[in-house]
This record gives sequence, C-alpha cells and structure tokens, in this order.
Amino acid sequence: MAPSLEEPEPVADVIENPLKSKPQLVAPEPEHCPGPESEQAGKADNCAGGPDPDIPLISARLSGIKHKILVLSGKGGVGKSTFTSMLGHAFAMREENNVGIMDTDICGPSIPKMMGVEAETIHVSGTGWSPVWVTDNLGVMSIQFMLPNRDDAVIWRGPKKNGLIKQFLKDVEWGDLDFLLVDTPPGTSDEHLSVNSFLKESGIDGAVMVTTPQEVALLDVRKEIDFCRKAGIKVLGLVENMSGFVCPNCTHKSQIFRATTGGGAALAKEMGIPFLGEVPLDPRIGRSCDYGESFFEAFPDSPACTALKEVVRGLTEQIGVDAKLVLSDD
Amino acid sequence: MSLSKVKHIILVLSGKGGVGKSSVTTQLALSLSLAGHSVGVLDVDLTGPSMPRMFNIEEAKVTQAPGGWLPVTVHEANAEAGVGELRCMSLGFLLKGRGDAVVWRGPKKTAMVRQFLSDVLWGDLDYLLIDTPPGTSDEHISLAETLLKDARPGQVAGAVVVTTPQAVATADVRKELNFCSKTGIPIIGVIENMAGFVCPNCAECTNIFSKGGGEVMAQEFSVRFLGAVPIDPQFVMLVESGARPVYPAGTMVNGKDISGANTSTEQAAETSTRKDAALLADKYRGCSLEPLFNQITRDIVAAIG
Repeated sequence: MAPSLEEPEPVADVIENPLKSKPQLVAPEPEHCPGPESEQAGKADNCAGGPDPDIPLISARLSGIKHKILVLSGKGGVGKSTFTSMLGHAFAMREENNVGIMDTDICGPSIPKMMGVEAETIHVSGTGWSPVWVTDNLGVMSIQFMLPNRDDAVIWRGPKKNGLIKQFLKDVEWGDLDFLLVDTPPGTSDEHLSVNSFLKESGIDGAVMVTTPQEVALLDVRKEIDFCRKAGIKVLGLVENMSGFVCPNCTHKSQIFRATTGGGAALAKEMGIPFLGEVPLDPRIGRSCDYGESFFEAFPDSPACTALKEVVRGLTEQIGVDAKLVLSDD
Repeated sequence: MSLSKVKHIILVLSGKGGVGKSSVTTQLALSLSLAGHSVGVLDVDLTGPSMPRMFNIEEAKVTQAPGGWLPVTVHEANAEAGVGELRCMSLGFLLKGRGDAVVWRGPKKTAMVRQFLSDVLWGDLDYLLIDTPPGTSDEHISLAETLLKDARPGQVAGAVVVTTPQAVATADVRKELNFCSKTGIPIIGVIENMAGFVCPNCAECTNIFSKGGGEVMAQEFSVRFLGAVPIDPQFVMLVESGARPVYPAGTMVNGKDISGANTSTEQAAETSTRKDAALLADKYRGCSLEPLFNQITRDIVAAIG
C-alpha cells in the first residue's frame, strides 16, 4: 500500500477558515483509464484483468536459468552497476559457470560501458535476440545496444519501459545459465515493479542491496528494503560500497562518505537482513569501469578485491550455492 | 498558477544517479540565499527524496492553506545580514515514516509532479530550484511538459547539469544534455562534482573518480562549464550531523586561509554541534566549497540576466 498523502489539517487553520476549500490530494486515475462512468468501462485494453498471457512465455524462456539475482538500491550512483559487473566477472571466473547480466536501467544504461562492449549491437534471429557475449561464458543485454547513437536519450514514460523489459525477458535467448544478474535503475517505480511481476512465476532467488555509508543514501535504501518487503522479494543481503578511502600517498584512511548513523552494518541489523561486507573506494575500480576491464582480473590482490570475494562468498551462501563452485582458487 | 510570482526557474538535472544533484541543489540554494535572493527548492525525486535530509528538516510537515500547500521554511529572510528566505517542498514531507517507500508507476508520478507545480504556494521568489531524480523518464517529461505549457516565456532560465568526472557517468549525462535539446530546455552549464579528494592527512589530491570528464563534455556540447567541485568530507559532515566545518591549519582556498576562521569565537563553538536548519546557511559560510559555489552562483545569475 502506498502511504497516504492526506495530511491532517492543523486545527487552528480550520477554525479560522471554516469555508476554505481543501486542495485535492487524491491520487489520480491511471493514464488511459476510461473511468467507471464511461461506456468503455471494463472494455478498454487496460481494464482487461486476468493473468498476463506473456508470463508463461517468460517462464518458459527463462527455465534454463538456475539463479536469478536482482541488484537494487533506492539511491543512484552507489555502485549498483559497478557491483553487478564485478559480480558477473566473479561468477564467470570459473569457465563452467554461465552468467548473464540484464541491464534494466533504460534511461541510464551503464553495463555495456563497464563491460567494454558499448559499440556492439544485438543480433536478432528467428528464435529471439542473442545477448552480447563479453567472454565465452558472460553475456550482456542492455538497451544501449539498440540505440543508433551512443548519446541518444531514451525519453520514455513508464509503460514503454515496461514493454521493453518484458521483451528482454521474453525474447532474449539466454540459453542455460547458472546465474542471471539483473541490474536496476535507482528508485522504486515501473522497472522494479515490472521485473518483479514478470519474474515472480519463474522464481527470483532474491535481491542484493547496494548502499554507501552516509545517511542520505541509507535513507533511500531503507525505502527499497520496504519495497522488497511489500513486493515479497527476499533480501539476500546488503553491501556497503565506497566505505573508506586509503590515500595512495600516505595510506591514511579517510571516511569520505562518513557513516554517521552506523552505515550499512547498522542498517542491516536494524532491518534484520544479512550484511555481506564493506568494499572500500579504490580509484582503480572506477578506471577499470571506464575502460571496460575486469577489476577482478586486473588487481586480484587489492583490498577492494579481497572484500568483494568475501561478499561473493556471503552471497553464494544465501542462495544455497557452494562458494567453491564460484571462486576457483583459494 | 503557483509559479506566477517566481522570477526564475532553474532545473538541476543529471542522467546519472548519485552524482550530487541534491548536494549541488542544496549549495546553490544556500549560496543564492546568502547573496540575498529569496529561494525555493522543489524536490521532484518522488521515490528517493533527499532534500528534507539535506536541509535537516526531516521532521517538518507541509501545512495546507486555502488554495494549496505551504512549503516548509528552512530559514526566514534576514535583511540585516543580507540573507534571503529559503523554502522547500518535497514528497518526503508527505510521508508518514521516513523509511516508507512510494512505489508508484509513471502516471501517478506524473500527477504528483503536476500537483507540485500547480498547488504549492511559493509566493514571491527570485529563484526556484527544481531537484530531479536521475534519468529521462516520467518525472522529467512531466516537468518539461508542464513548464513549457504553463510557464511565462523566459521564466524557465534553464538547467544546471551535474556530472562526476568518470566516463561511466558522463555517458549517462550526455543523454540528459540531448534530452534538454530535444525538449527545448536551455542549458545554463555543467558542474563537475566529486572532482578530486584532498587527503586531510598529507594534502595529496587523488582523483577518485578520474578527472576533467565534465569539462570535456561541456566543450563537446558547446555549453558553459561552471566549475569543478572537489569532495569535501566536511560538507558531508555538515549535512549529516550539522557539524560546523573545521579544517586543519594552513588549509587554503583561493589563496585565503580558512582554517580556524570559525573556531575562534565562543558563539561558534556553542553552535558547532547543534543540528538546526536555521543555522545551516551560517555554518555553510565556513565550508571550503562556499567560495566555489559563490562563484558558480554569480556565473549562473549573470548567465540568466
């Protein structure tokens, strides 16, 4: 249930102006809704109830995927896509694992750039759309591959975005995957509701929450956890990104985004969800993303990489997979 | 319409999330207000409103008056100190609990944005800053549509576009610049946020999120580059806990020593830990980013004319 927007009126105010008109605070009807008075009532397209006929198709298409993991955060720029891409690389380190990444951020897709496949396009065949393969066992799907120009803005309202997400799920030939990672835009709106409703039947393992340590970010992540509860998505855990920065010159550790309210660990405890770990800020992560390289392969010994491995280990535990099957060495 | 007495409307946009739209909006509002202008801030990020937290007015509630909603006052005008009033409106004020989520699809968001533009009683304002969510979708389309339809010619001064330096961010922000040109919103300029971090221990500057990406992008699109803003953990602390910014001795900003400028007087020490929205602008004067935003604000005011 969306919270009520009706604010109780201050008593003094009402007494002073008993005749004043109250501004309309009623949530509007959905777009294209003919309304109960109309002759079209119950007959228009979006009045049609019942199950979505495409959902069985989606479930059939995704039947070869063992684990589906959402990467969520109410807040933007906390590192959802960075984390998703690193998770993808981590899972794909063992050649036996097949991994797919689906980018549902329609207005600001970042995954293709981070994976170094920005210039690719999608191939369409009779049986569906083929994802772009970064390596033999790591495939990616994003709207970026469908844009004629790299900088084109996708100025779409919700229903159009939902349509594309459905098509990504219905028409993309993922084949047999061990893991499908779904990267999402910030917020709690169309994309999130759609991904959840389309995937519900075929089963989602759960969602990983990404946050940064400061309260301004935690505030929005709290909303996202609230959303997961309402939508019935299992929260696999919380990852705190950008926690602490080690100066490359003097190795002094600074808390750039200081956790004044206890950071991710305290939030996880408060909400009763697993805390998967803290990943420090490392300028090399950003650079790897800009050049589309795998941070995991380039700097395997960095503190950030060690922290990430810990997170991956915790995550595999949550979805009931043996960590040894994911992280090859050590 | 509630915007009829607003002189200039400035949008703060970015295709990318978490680059500091709300931080920049906060600082622009404080700078404009410290320069004596009356300022309103409208937060149209419906699923992740940050302005109430930024201004430290999370507990505040919106009141209704005949004909509309009254925005929340951050601080009143103070003619003596040359400070203009600062008011704010956000969906955050309408929620019951601070952790509550509004899980809304597009049409509902559209209606809410329209209502925010038509039903808030702003009164006389020099500047209305509109903070937006990331992306180019429902909120942005509704905002552009409503403003194009209802605003006076010239009332929408344009958009300040915020980015961080790394290519992953500018890739998204380029889309936002194209959005502006498609919808006919003039671009006032680009601000590069999180450009470098100065280690408080050894003063070595590290470009955590690379460097110069915003300036290059501004050049490519032939729009004004308003400036690069570094990361200042003291500003984060000011917003997070209301702590007055304190810098180690010898910290220089634009050739001026700002360390110790605030710690000398008793009054400052007393207010340094108090979390009070009314003091925010006063404390911000001691922040290293204040001179930067002062300059950016002057450039924006000059550009708008």
